[in-house]
Amino acid sequence: MKIRIKFSKHGAMKFIGHLDIMRYFQKAIRRADLDIVYTEGFSPHMVMSFASPLGVGLTSDGEYFDIEIHGTISSEEAVNRLNHVMVDGIKILSFRQVPQDKANKAMSLVAAADYFVSYRDGKAPCPNWQEKLLEFYRQEQIVIVKKTKKSEKEMDIRPYIYKLEQKEDGVFMQLCAGSVTNIKPELVMEAFAQWLHAEQQPFSLLVHRMEMYADVGTEEKRQFVSLEDLGEEIA
Amino acid sequence: MRKLALSDEILLKIEKPARYIGNEVNSIVKDVSEIDVRFAMCFPDVYEIGMSHLGIQILYDMLNRRDDIYCERVYSPWTDLDRIMREEHIPLFALESQDPIKQFDFLGITIQYEMCYTNILQILDLSQIPILSKDRTEEDPIVIGGGPCAYNPEPLADFFDLFYIGEGETQYFALIDLYKKMKQEKKTRAEFLRSAAQIPGIYVPSLYEASYDEHGMLCAFTPKYEEVPKKIEKQIVMDVTNTYYPKAPVVPFIKVTQDRVVLEIQRGCIRGCRFCQAGMLYRPTRERSLEMLKEYAYEMLKNTGHEEISLSSLSSSDYSDLEGIVNFLIEEFGKKGVNISLPSLRIDAFSLDVMSKVQDVKKSSLTFAPEAGSQRLRDVINKGLTEEVILDGAKEAFDGGWNKVKLYFMLGLPTETEDDIKEIAHLADRIARRYYEIPKDKRNGKCQITVSTSFFVPKPFTPFQWAAMNTKDQFLGKAKIVNHEVKDQLNHKSIRYNWHEADVTVLEGLLARGDRRVGKTILAAYKNGALYDAWSETFHYEYWQKAFSQTDLDLDFYTTRERDVQELLPWDFIDIGVTKKFLQREWERAKQENVTPNCRMKCSGCGAAQYKGGVCIENQN
Repeated sequence: MKIRIKFSKHGAMKFIGHLDIMRYFQKAIRRADLDIVYTEGFSPHMVMSFASPLGVGLTSDGEYFDIEIHGTISSEEAVNRLNHVMVDGIKILSFRQVPQDKANKAMSLVAAADYFVSYRDGKAPCPNWQEKLLEFYRQEQIVIVKKTKKSEKEMDIRPYIYKLEQKEDGVFMQLCAGSVTNIKPELVMEAFAQWLHAEQQPFSLLVHRMEMYADVGTEEKRQFVSLEDLGEEIA
Repeated sequence: MRKLALSDEILLKIEKPARYIGNEVNSIVKDVSEIDVRFAMCFPDVYEIGMSHLGIQILYDMLNRRDDIYCERVYSPWTDLDRIMREEHIPLFALESQDPIKQFDFLGITIQYEMCYTNILQILDLSQIPILSKDRTEEDPIVIGGGPCAYNPEPLADFFDLFYIGEGETQYFALIDLYKKMKQEKKTRAEFLRSAAQIPGIYVPSLYEASYDEHGMLCAFTPKYEEVPKKIEKQIVMDVTNTYYPKAPVVPFIKVTQDRVVLEIQRGCIRGCRFCQAGMLYRPTRERSLEMLKEYAYEMLKNTGHEEISLSSLSSSDYSDLEGIVNFLIEEFGKKGVNISLPSLRIDAFSLDVMSKVQDVKKSSLTFAPEAGSQRLRDVINKGLTEEVILDGAKEAFDGGWNKVKLYFMLGLPTETEDDIKEIAHLADRIARRYYEIPKDKRNGKCQITVSTSFFVPKPFTPFQWAAMNTKDQFLGKAKIVNHEVKDQLNHKSIRYNWHEADVTVLEGLLARGDRRVGKTILAAYKNGALYDAWSETFHYEYWQKAFSQTDLDLDFYTTRERDVQELLPWDFIDIGVTKKFLQREWERAKQENVTPNCRMKCSGCGAAQYKGGVCIENQN
């Protein structure tokens, strides 16, 4: 049975990088004694696939990975068992069955992600930065220079910013995500700083990922559904 | 949520911030307002090394079982954070509470190898605790040293308030209870140390006076007060089955050196190799029961989620029911994707059979540690391994499909001749010949034999504690001989040779058999910039050379000088149960190339029988 697990990452856990989070969950699944499927071969490993790596320093309420288990277990019991073996700062939010087909991999499904972005105390480029950011967002084009190892390439990121709204002491943004085009909020904020002719200070941003989505719409019209909602609770 | 000692900005700037945030699975959280005694347990090296150490896991679990004690962990900040902490005057903190170490009642430092001595000073310095014991006040923690290097504590005597001689499971509660009582009675630090010296195994260096004669030789080592014991007796656990052992060790987030469940099956070793300090210090050999090991293997895997379990001991093949524990692990956990790792096994039919079940024969290599190339020299060091055993073992391994062999030797052993050195290369060649005796169609390509040599360092409480150590040039000259000889062999293309750094070895020799006067050299080296001396990328011998001249230290006096058996040695005031007379007898037998049988074959009267347990009373009930 194919399972999608949603979890949150807060506090000191933001300093644990993606590879170590994977190792952490491999051990956690053993502690929770879930009957997970292993690969064949001399050194079997767990069948486990993460949706999208979260950078060090970021927090999240919408992280995902898929596993496969033998037999069945109710969502409620699985969530309880996993939360019983979690550390402070990581919480299992849901445990749902997803269709078995290959197209349903969390990693390849990701099309968009929600973020909440704010500045650390005293690090904002100007006092009215939220208004300025909305003004920046109202441009028709936002061209950035993308540096790769070989070349520099211009790219308009405006079409990949799906939403940008002022919210409390920060901003909410929905950005294109996934393996083809992945726009990080830091990239948007860097472009914003440049537009302001301000220096983006290192470590000035606080970024929180809120959710990740698959696109179930058509070529013409996107329709985002959270990765969680593609699965079903197991009774 | 817990507040971290370091800001986000610092944590995002440094390598592996996970080293400093605590919060690991099975780490202990307590309300500090309900705690009487706060204990910081330290391994003075980087997190990944320190977290791999079993001893701290045992004591962490043991101390935290008491509600009135909170034991937390601290490791050496890596050089990147070290710099920032000095610049910004951030005090070193414990991982669990993130509170400064200087607020603690105790700072316990395990001293596992000599090359961490400057890291000990770093820990004190960053904690903002005075480096010298004599400068500490009522506000400072009591600084305790323990572990194998505490058996010659003298080079570190100035830096520690007390040393714990022996296994941690035995006297810590007595020490802490005394502290609690005296704190309530508002007694001073000096009064506490004076009373602590009465606890068996506790050595308070400030209560002893070392005197030297006009030739600079240690001539007396005496307590300053009448009630202070003249001899410090090693403390050990006699029943290693019904004792403290963690069922839920702390699981790090980042990959550490020992990223697995470690099951210590026994303490001590019956073999009596004459160069080996652990083999003497941990006498008598004591085994844990098979039932206990089974229970702990199960619990520890369940509570950690580790995917690997490893047996730990000085010589696992000597555990009486090795088959029992190994078969249990394979049957119980092999199917569940748990890797089983079996280090320090003697190569024989049983171990090869077991290893072929738990590892991929094509990828893994087999390890032999003959330690010396010739039979003559192996007899001198009492390494009971014969060439026949090595060659037969290799042959069997080759027949079983292995084609990688690692061989470990030492250069600079007492009585060593050029022939002994050349025999290292010859032995490697003879092993290769065994491989090529297998018909071409039945073997697996070429064989790979890796020969590694380290340089011999005489250690306290071994029969070689009196021996002269080689100079750096002698060491390197010997490595050159091996290298040439390997190249002259028929099968030189199948043999790879590598050797150790010699500077580090000479320094290790100084610190291992140093006396109190060496302390000021360690401090000078630290002030010159020495830190992380155990790491080749951060080891700078020039800091030490400068310290030698700054403190007028005569390196040869401590390293290349052969000691007279009548000489008063700096560590003679410690009683490890094994008598000096026995060590002296073994030193004589070594020179006569006489082998001494192991403890199970015949008791050689080393003195450890006074503990009335372990291998000394086997089959006597």
